[in-house]
Amino acid sequence: MSSSVRSTVFFIGAAGLAVFLLWGLAGLPDFGNFRGDYGLLLNRVGVEQTSATNIVAAVTFDYRGFDTMAEEFILFAAVLGTALLLRAQREEEEEPAEDMAQDRRPPHDSDAVRELCLGLVAPAVLFGLYVVAHGHLSPGGGFQGGVVLATAPLLMYLAGEYAGLRTLSPRTVVELAEGTGAAGYVGVGLVGLAASVSFMKNFLPLGRPGDLLSSGTILVLNFAVGFAVAAGFVLLLTEFLEQTLEVRRRSRA
Amino acid sequence: MTILQAIVLLLVAAAGTGVVVTRDPLNQAVGVSFFGLLLAILFLVFQAPDVSLSAIVVGALALPLMLLLALAKIRGGAE
Repeated sequence: MSSSVRSTVFFIGAAGLAVFLLWGLAGLPDFGNFRGDYGLLLNRVGVEQTSATNIVAAVTFDYRGFDTMAEEFILFAAVLGTALLLRAQREEEEEPAEDMAQDRRPPHDSDAVRELCLGLVAPAVLFGLYVVAHGHLSPGGGFQGGVVLATAPLLMYLAGEYAGLRTLSPRTVVELAEGTGAAGYVGVGLVGLAASVSFMKNFLPLGRPGDLLSSGTILVLNFAVGFAVAAGFVLLLTEFLEQTLEVRRRSRA
Repeated sequence: MTILQAIVLLLVAAAGTGVVVTRDPLNQAVGVSFFGLLLAILFLVFQAPDVSLSAIVVGALALPLMLLLALAKIRGGAE
């Protein structure tokens, strides 16, 4: 296709897109005038029905708990697929020709980076657990806290302690946490089905709004998602790191 | 819309355009991290702290890191 034909096709397409986009934008409500009743309704009845003061958590883990389960399994499937792809490759031998200067060692990390990263490992774990545990009370929850938890082994790696990363997150523990978290979510849903009438029914005592131990299954589900997400991200990171680092090291040897 | 919201919206638009017009994938990975951070600030000033937290960890940390690792893998194999 010649360049003049290509630009003609592009301009026709762009003009069509612009027309429909402007048409659609003209039909939007004014800025700040959202007209959905669902949010207003939940703001009114949510705390009473679920004891969760964070209505976002009440929606994601109670009213729309089934959707969140599917979302969790999207991540689960993505991690699984990546791990499978990278593991199959790791068996292959890589040609040592990639490095011309075999005797050159990588530069050392600075002490400042090392100390800062190592010092941040414990706060990252604590803060991650805090965000997971308070998901039903304040912004945060299993997903956000889980990723914060996953940064702890990553900080270990940034500090140059690759062996420490393995100690902090042993493969079996990580894989177990990933599976338990994902299965735990479904398990809570199934217990709800058995104890009551519907899947994902909030069957635990709700407690007092604002208490740490409140909101029934929302708290439990936050922990399940937190562990699954943290383990999933750590698995992804270690698979990538092992693929890039260990294959290279083996080909050097 | 407050002035702060308008400013952050413009910054996000500028950063997003910047990422798109960058040609080198390595620079793009750094740019997308900055874009993710701006997006997190955008969610914060629009009073969505839950989404903001997710945007920080995924947009500013996890995604650029995955991109960098994948780039390292590809270049290690190609050279």
